[in-house]
Amino acid sequence: MTVNEFRFLTPELSLLGTAIAVILLDLFIKQKRVLAGISVAGIVISAGFTVAMWGEPGVAIFGRMLAVDNFALFFKLLMLVAAGLVILASQDYMRKFQRFQGEYYALVLLSAVGMMLLVAASDLISIYVALELTGISLYVLASFLKDKKSSEAGLKYLLLGAVASAVLLYGMALVFGLTGRTCLMCIAEYVQGMPGAGLLNHPALLLAMVLLAAGFGFKIACFPFQMWVPDVYEGAPTPVTAYLSVASKAAGFAVILRIFFVALGSPEWLSLNWGMMFAVLSAITMTVGNVVALLQSNIKRMLGYSSIAQAGYLMVGLATVGMALGNDALGQSGLIFFLMSYAVTNLGAFIAVIAISNKVDSDEINKYTGMGKRAPLLAAALTLCLISLIGLPPTAGLIAKIYIFSGAVQNGLLWLVIVAVINSAISAFYYLRVVKVMWSGAPASEEKVPSSWALRTALALCCLFVVLLGVIPGGFVGIAQAAAKIFAGL
Amino acid sequence: MDLSFPYLSTIVFLPVVGLVIIALWPKPQQKTVKLTALIFTLASFVLSLAVFYFFNRSSGAIGQIQFEEKLSWIPAINAFYHVGVDGLSLPLVILMTFLGVLAVLVSWNVQLRPKEYFIWLLLLETSILGVFTSLDLVLFFLFWELELIPMYFLISVWGSGRKEYSAIKYVIYTLVGSALMLAGILSIYFTTGSLNMMELAGMSAAKAVIPLAAMFFLLLTGFAIKLPVFPLHTWLPDAHTDAPTAASVILAGALLKMGGYGMIRLCVSIFPQVALQYAPILVVLAVVSVLYGAAVTLRQKDLKRLIAYSSVSHMGYVLLGVFALSQISLTGAVLQMFSHGIITGLLFAIVGLVYDKSHERNLDNLGGLARQMPVIVVVFSIAGLASLGLPGTSGFAAEFITFVGSYSSPAVPGIQLYTILGVFGIVLTAGYILWMLQRVFYGPPLEKFSKVPDANNVDKICIFSFVAAIMLVGIYPAILTNVIKMGVEPIARLLGL
Repeated sequence: MTVNEFRFLTPELSLLGTAIAVILLDLFIKQKRVLAGISVAGIVISAGFTVAMWGEPGVAIFGRMLAVDNFALFFKLLMLVAAGLVILASQDYMRKFQRFQGEYYALVLLSAVGMMLLVAASDLISIYVALELTGISLYVLASFLKDKKSSEAGLKYLLLGAVASAVLLYGMALVFGLTGRTCLMCIAEYVQGMPGAGLLNHPALLLAMVLLAAGFGFKIACFPFQMWVPDVYEGAPTPVTAYLSVASKAAGFAVILRIFFVALGSPEWLSLNWGMMFAVLSAITMTVGNVVALLQSNIKRMLGYSSIAQAGYLMVGLATVGMALGNDALGQSGLIFFLMSYAVTNLGAFIAVIAISNKVDSDEINKYTGMGKRAPLLAAALTLCLISLIGLPPTAGLIAKIYIFSGAVQNGLLWLVIVAVINSAISAFYYLRVVKVMWSGAPASEEKVPSSWALRTALALCCLFVVLLGVIPGGFVGIAQAAAKIFAGL
Repeated sequence: MDLSFPYLSTIVFLPVVGLVIIALWPKPQQKTVKLTALIFTLASFVLSLAVFYFFNRSSGAIGQIQFEEKLSWIPAINAFYHVGVDGLSLPLVILMTFLGVLAVLVSWNVQLRPKEYFIWLLLLETSILGVFTSLDLVLFFLFWELELIPMYFLISVWGSGRKEYSAIKYVIYTLVGSALMLAGILSIYFTTGSLNMMELAGMSAAKAVIPLAAMFFLLLTGFAIKLPVFPLHTWLPDAHTDAPTAASVILAGALLKMGGYGMIRLCVSIFPQVALQYAPILVVLAVVSVLYGAAVTLRQKDLKRLIAYSSVSHMGYVLLGVFALSQISLTGAVLQMFSHGIITGLLFAIVGLVYDKSHERNLDNLGGLARQMPVIVVVFSIAGLASLGLPGTSGFAAEFITFVGSYSSPAVPGIQLYTILGVFGIVLTAGYILWMLQRVFYGPPLEKFSKVPDANNVDKICIFSFVAAIMLVGIYPAILTNVIKMGVEPIARLLGL
């Protein structure tokens, strides 16, 4: 290990420094808004370091513990953007946190550090450590309101998260026992050299693969590990819900992609096997998410189930990566583009929900009646985001779906694409119900809905990108293609 | 003529410019909103007439795309912003820009949230124009889906009756269709590596990702829902009946044609051999649509629902013409689309007028309106007669060409019988149209309608324009068939008939 390698860690280190500074300054500063400013500034600096490294050839640092490649850098930036938007959007929510604002910002930053390490980790040990750093900060954040529902959400998240971690560790232990290595590239080397084809000849590997998928399946909320989502999403503070649904999920996808693509990407039969596993899980996940979302009356629960459905669409990308056998990177770049689109769309939707729920003091969908009159801009923004979630033009959602599904069709997953597109038709029903309530009902009162400039900025940014990704996607697709280059060399 | 001027993009996006102006105008007067909408739709219409005038009709240009524009859009999947017109799409572009102007006039009395209303109406026009002009499959799909949003809002906010139910039913039906269509488009793309509709014409694939017939039916389902074809038509009566008048005019007038256009442009011309193979089944479905639609229409009590069901029957002729697969029948099908667009557009516009003035749509409660509404009754009669195919109106020209074409088509064995059965649909049409006219306008004048006014000046401009168009195409159909031929001939050649 050389000191030079710390250069590659500047984004994480600067953010960590900011988090510590926020906690310390919290003791002296009365005006808590300053802390938000410092946090955002720290995020911008960290993002600057990240962008500066973009395009350099991938390297492994710290004895192959971490990989610095475009793939990791892209996801780091995505985490930073999500954290920044969430902090901006939290301004309207702060009164509910009373005196613990400093801790809130610090925890958001720390979990971001954890996720940034997670997406770069290329060794089972560093993956596990980063996962726990992320997880513990998020457990606390979920229970931050300290009322009954929020505490329940936090506890549920903690318990199920712990079980998932245990399952994951067991899977990792099996992999280690089988191969004797922990670094992903070394595992790949061993797996490629294994004699005999077919998973049934390698029961330990089969079990390890299933356990790994189960452990991370909890993070991305895929079937059958999605049960925690609605309760946690409903109980947690709304900005934290937004953060969970976007950043945590994206990090989960990044790490799954890295493990399965780098460590288990060859030989062919193995790749096809896990590709098909994700394809089947994807079909079930999106169907479960969409069908149950139809029945929801609370908007946060509905968005929770909708995020399960979206995870199902995202897994189409994972399945494609497995089926493509490394021939093309359409699966990776499709997944990355979809995550970009999903991140801005879902954050936008939650930010609008924060502002509206703040005024009406309820998350029930029928309380949104007449919002088109009371808060036309907020309602329009929420409508735009919901339309993007359905996958209608002129928004990011449509292009993302076309792009991710096109890879699947090319690699023989037409059946999955048909399931997915029919699912998106079903999803229109519950998304449009919210739209209908907002625009065609009579308002419950004439009062306007106030919102801070910070929240409005965050929302405007989200909406801008939802439209940009939908109308001129060319450049963003280029970024996704560049980010799809996962560093796999030794 | 300067070819570098982007005529088509201007036509397609002028309504969007209009809607941006309306949206950004701080607290506009109602009149400002309406005039802006009118100016921009009118400009779009005039430009489309210019395109029609300059359209090259010489035999050297047969099958050529004209007024083409092509820009790189999503290089990763080889998608282009690629628009252009040929003989197939040009009549439908004119139809839409024409209906766009009239839809604004029809909506002159909208009181509820006029600003939003005209924003959605303009967006609707752009999306439909986009469908007819796109030559890239992804762009086509984008516009195809875009149309849903304004239509959803127009029906669910400004509609009547069970408007929210109808709006969501419309959206779900279309989305299921377009979902399958997307799967079809992607499988075409990965079989050929191209998204260019013109390059794809008559594609032959050595190794397709799925059988060509499967792609054909994936696409066809989407179009069949839109056209609509029995038994996928059940969204139509609900949506048409509950939509506001202008939305019904555009829905019946231009939106259904997206289905017929898609069938010819994608299903038939990309997969001519598959089309030939399955034409017998589709022709039977067409005849069922014609007869079933007409029979159900006879039983309707609601004036608007009656017109809506008649569309099912009339779009059956389009399906018959398309899958009779001869050059004449295809020409007839395109002409029928245009003609049905203006005739049914007019019928819905008048039903809207009758309802606005009498506040009654139930046939049992109407009657004797001829005395109060002399202008409306004359125009309604013309529209009705055009609908049943009276010579001298566009309906006659279109249906006659369709029937001649399908009767003489060698593509489907036994098509003579189906054509004759289809012609019987005209008899049923005559039945319900005349019966409706009688029940609404004739009979003893009713006391409750004694104060009902006739059409005002704006209404007159609107309905007389429709009548003029119907007459023009009826008396001189060659004005359109000369153009349609330019697009249909290469397709007939692909079919090898």
